[in-house]
Amino acid sequence: MQRYYIERTLQAVVTVVSVMSLAFFLVRLMPGNPADAYRAELIQNNPQMTQAEIDHRVERKLNVLPDAPLHEQYVNYVTGLLRGDLGESINEGVAVSEIIAEALPWTIFTMSIALLLSFTIGISLGAAMAYKEGDYFDTGFSVVSILFNSIPNYIIGILLIWFLGYQFELFPTGGRYSTEMEPTVGLLEPIRTLTFLGDALWHAALLILSYAVVAAGGWALRMRGNSIQVLGEDYLRVARLRGLSERRIATRYVGRNAVLPLYTALLIAIGFALGGSVILEQVFTYPGVGYYMIEGLEARDYPLMMGVFLVMTIAVVLGVYVADLTYGLIDPRAQTRGGER
Amino acid sequence: MSERNESLHALDDGEAFEAVSETTMSRKERYRRLFDRWVLAPGRIVWDDLRARVGASIILLYLVVGLLGPTLYKAPQVNQGPRSIAPLAEGLTYPLGTDNLGRDILAQLVHATPSMLQMIVAGGLFVTVTGVAVGTTAGYVGGRTDRVLSLLTDIVMTIPGLPLIVILAALLEPQNPIVTGLILTINVWAGLAREIRSQVLSISRHSYVEASKAMGLSTPTIIVKDILPNIMPYVLITFVNAARQVIFASIGLYFLGVLPYDSVVNWGVMIDQAVSGGAMHVMSMAHWLIAPLATITLLSFGLILFAQGTDRMFNPRVRARHSTTTGSDDEPTGDGATATTGGGVR
Repeated sequence: MQRYYIERTLQAVVTVVSVMSLAFFLVRLMPGNPADAYRAELIQNNPQMTQAEIDHRVERKLNVLPDAPLHEQYVNYVTGLLRGDLGESINEGVAVSEIIAEALPWTIFTMSIALLLSFTIGISLGAAMAYKEGDYFDTGFSVVSILFNSIPNYIIGILLIWFLGYQFELFPTGGRYSTEMEPTVGLLEPIRTLTFLGDALWHAALLILSYAVVAAGGWALRMRGNSIQVLGEDYLRVARLRGLSERRIATRYVGRNAVLPLYTALLIAIGFALGGSVILEQVFTYPGVGYYMIEGLEARDYPLMMGVFLVMTIAVVLGVYVADLTYGLIDPRAQTRGGER
Repeated sequence: MSERNESLHALDDGEAFEAVSETTMSRKERYRRLFDRWVLAPGRIVWDDLRARVGASIILLYLVVGLLGPTLYKAPQVNQGPRSIAPLAEGLTYPLGTDNLGRDILAQLVHATPSMLQMIVAGGLFVTVTGVAVGTTAGYVGGRTDRVLSLLTDIVMTIPGLPLIVILAALLEPQNPIVTGLILTINVWAGLAREIRSQVLSISRHSYVEASKAMGLSTPTIIVKDILPNIMPYVLITFVNAARQVIFASIGLYFLGVLPYDSVVNWGVMIDQAVSGGAMHVMSMAHWLIAPLATITLLSFGLILFAQGTDRMFNPRVRARHSTTTGSDDEPTGDGATATTGGGVR
């Protein structure tokens, strides 16, 4: 078991390091090398600048020493990243970490609500479907779940924004909150905080809904499968013979055993949710991290792009890592098999 | 009874030990049997299942449109018709109407299909081949090879796919649909590799694999003859899922304007142009947006229905029942092993 933890930790580290290296080589060696491009631009615009000044500017921007040998550049880049220095955004002229720190809470805000919503709806629906396996309720919702799960979430997003945003004008079509709103979050001003949060939620509602609808379909189908599998187990028959109440069987026996395998999936989904926001945030012009990734891309703002990518990767690595380490704690069955994994 | 007596008699004479099977299969028969087992029997199962039947018909429709459509139907051109007309407004000249540049919408949909199919096939093949190769090797060879390959698989699985694809697409700017298909599935193979590995691990414990090893057959032979046939149905489903992945990612990235496109407008580009062209604001332009959305949704729905329907091919008993030339001597395949991995955590 101990060995498993060590291996798992090592693997997480290796993953992060590989992605950092990947980011470095993409910035450094890809066609249209941003370091060379930025240096050329500096030289052209500032003829009076010395070589050292130019190199310094390039280093600050990209975290890359332009003339040093590759391994030195690499070490420089990685130590920079470890200090939280993601370079400076070429277009906005501010540190990438600042942009991300400002945008990340919004993505976390929308995605956590969306995940929670989809998970709750999904597992309740899935359990209900499994209980009524084979009848109209089950078939109907299975078809609905499959249908929703087979449409990309951004298409649902486009449809929602089209009808509820533009045609019926029930929801805003972009932005984080209304322009006249003063962003206030504080215990001392509960009313203003609540109205602000309400406004923010109203702006995020369609984005949350389009993610949740698709994801809920997936959770429902998985929960249904797990529950049906549990329903066929012998210990359920034993529980019935013991005369336990249906309610107790449903929650303690079926529910628990069917939800547990989804715990890991949920944690992994939390990690991946950041990455999943890329297209949706663009559809809703919602300035979260995913939005800035595309912004950075369109402006060929490599430091911004890479910064967002790294943050997303670390989120996933953390999610998967925590899931793997804690699964044994919440599901004792996994612990006995743990050594084998 | 008499048969039994005869065989007992043969045993006494020692004839039984010299007897060679009377039914040596000719080459033709073998092929017929293979065809029956891998094409006809699955086909029958697919046709028996309503979901799979609908799914297969939808996929077939797209294939036909992709293969024949561009030669049979006019190509989209700017100002080939009046601008922004509604579907069927001029009879069947512009069945789905035109966009704001007067291009026939059906023509755009049809002419975008071949490159979409190329992309899907390229991505699907790449995922399947890489996933099967890595998974089988890791599961069968084991040891250090397994550890290295498993670590690699886990790393690739943990990198968030869409952002990585976005970056690669922006940097490489692929024009060729086949290259695009490969980039879009750059990380998808890992999931398959992991599943295949666990399948192979359980299969290689079966006695007939042990027997092949004892007979001194080479590793590649064992993999091809004993192991691959068992994971084939599974591979088919992954192919379908990879295809969906390609569709989702490509439409999304074309919509965002991340992937470059040339003269042929893509379904994703159509959505982008419709959205930026104001189709959301004016109801009379709704068809411009609905057409590509419906096209994508229908294809994706067809694929998922097909995958759902074919999961019955997992079950060897169902397969045997539908097969005519496969007798009861069919060796028992995978019994419970296939069912249990399905409930995996990931």
